[in-house]
Amino acid sequence: MTLPTLTEIRDTIRSRTTGAREWMGYTLERIDALEPKLHALVSYDGDRAMEQARLADERIAAGQPVGPLAGVPLLIKDNLCTSFGRTTCASRILANFEAPYDAHVVERLHRAGAIIVGKTNLDEFAMGSSTENSAHGPTRNPWNLDHVPGGSSGGSAATVAAGVVAGSLGSDTGGSIRQPASFCGVVGLKPTYGRVSRYGLVAYGSSLDQIGPFARDVRDVALLLANIAGHDPRDSTCVKRPVPDYLAALDTPLAGMHIGVADEYFGEGLDPEVRAAIEAAIDVYRAAGARIVPVHLPHMKYAIACYYLIATAEASSNLARYDGVHYGHRTAKPRDYIDMYCASRQEGFGDEVKRRIMLGTYALSSGYYDAYYLKALKVRTLIRNDFEKAFKEADVIVGPASPVPAIRIGERINDPLAMYLMDIYTVSANLAGVPGVSVPCGFSSAGLPVGLQLMGPHFAEDRLLRIAHEYQLRTDWHTRVPPIALEMSGQ
Amino acid sequence: MAGKISESEVRHIGHLSRLDPSDEEVGRFSEQLSAILEYIEQLNEVDTTDVQPTAHALPVHNVLREDEPRPSLAPDQALANAPQRDGDFFAVPKVLDQDSGA
Repeated sequence: MTLPTLTEIRDTIRSRTTGAREWMGYTLERIDALEPKLHALVSYDGDRAMEQARLADERIAAGQPVGPLAGVPLLIKDNLCTSFGRTTCASRILANFEAPYDAHVVERLHRAGAIIVGKTNLDEFAMGSSTENSAHGPTRNPWNLDHVPGGSSGGSAATVAAGVVAGSLGSDTGGSIRQPASFCGVVGLKPTYGRVSRYGLVAYGSSLDQIGPFARDVRDVALLLANIAGHDPRDSTCVKRPVPDYLAALDTPLAGMHIGVADEYFGEGLDPEVRAAIEAAIDVYRAAGARIVPVHLPHMKYAIACYYLIATAEASSNLARYDGVHYGHRTAKPRDYIDMYCASRQEGFGDEVKRRIMLGTYALSSGYYDAYYLKALKVRTLIRNDFEKAFKEADVIVGPASPVPAIRIGERINDPLAMYLMDIYTVSANLAGVPGVSVPCGFSSAGLPVGLQLMGPHFAEDRLLRIAHEYQLRTDWHTRVPPIALEMSGQ
Repeated sequence: MAGKISESEVRHIGHLSRLDPSDEEVGRFSEQLSAILEYIEQLNEVDTTDVQPTAHALPVHNVLREDEPRPSLAPDQALANAPQRDGDFFAVPKVLDQDSGA
């Protein structure tokens, strides 16, 4: 048994073989059956979604032009602003926040005809690697409900893995798309910084944040990327640069693949089963005629330290806007206006957000700025240079997305440093701004998925996805379905 | 053992961050932030002489646009999420003490 892909859903709606309403009914049934176990959604509106499905069917029946995702049900992370429903960022401080506008990617998905059914759970303000830091409670991994789905886009990864939807959007500041994709056995892409507009993405680390898609295969990820990438003047870091035809790129012949392998991605702390799965994946490329090229990323070992200074410094500044004045939670009886700020924020933010705001404030405070923040920005240059040099030798660099398979719920929640160290293989792509994708490449002996990460040069998503697609043409890991997704009646 | 960030420093940083950490949080954050900063210390091993800082991964600078008026949120939309509103204004507690004579 396999789950329907986004492309199949799209095609059957278009050909009127299966209506958008039928697919929406299927999606809502799956939410009813699986959501009590997964807890992957923050909010959804079935009536609204069904009404939009009816309109999509009507337009298609009437022969009216429709977008490339007409009638397709999708979910998006709850840190993307929508003019419908709430945008909570899984924080008490935004528990009742209703955004007055749509994020750029939401506008784009609507224009493409997609139906946004609801919003997925995340670590509060996208700060975390397990989706345990959510004011709504943790999301569970569909492969084993005692394990985390990864984070921070845990809800977007878990719903795709369980076949609730065939595609979703998340955001990735230090691995928040690639790591949950790896933990849940789905494909997750962090595009190049500047490829997708961040307008309407609630800011965490603005020089690192990027929105990207989840799906179960590379073709569906390419389809979603094609419908969110491109220039938007409302995000001044979103570049004016033509968007390649990602879908067409997948069907081009692949010659002269140079696969970069860096020792630094196979260091201390790498689970032996993860290592074995990644080495087997490299063998698949070798058998496909690729040249395996050793590359070096000598500053990689400093990436976590560098990232947690820069990301928290940016967060401390970005989250200053939650002041209890314009929107969000305000404390009940402030003594004065300073107390209004402090008490509102103290009551509204969770532990991890407070830790990061304080760490960032410390790194930016007088006397520490040069030693911490400025130093981190310089090391960032060296990390970026390492990648530039490596991409002169290789089309992509491959390695694990995470050093371990999905951890147990509660396993690292009281040890923030141990949680941060899990991001070792993902943060450097954000620091360098390069794109990265995780594709399923095997399972641990406990039955938990392992993800192969491929990273490419700036704006080379077409070649990156082409090479990732080649792996999926030669393997079937991406067709595995978690048992929980099969327990539905009539499957 | 005093870590890299003492409890009094956590209180100070907490106030700069406009947070109001409880005694329990101060103790816990002091330990956790100290461990994180100790880990971060390894950046000092890296020679960054003559290295320029990277604030942003792409060479994009000074993105300009015409300074033209564009539609913005109507007052009711902008105020829709306000915790407290007074007509077309965001309402806040009194900023100045009445006894201060200011």
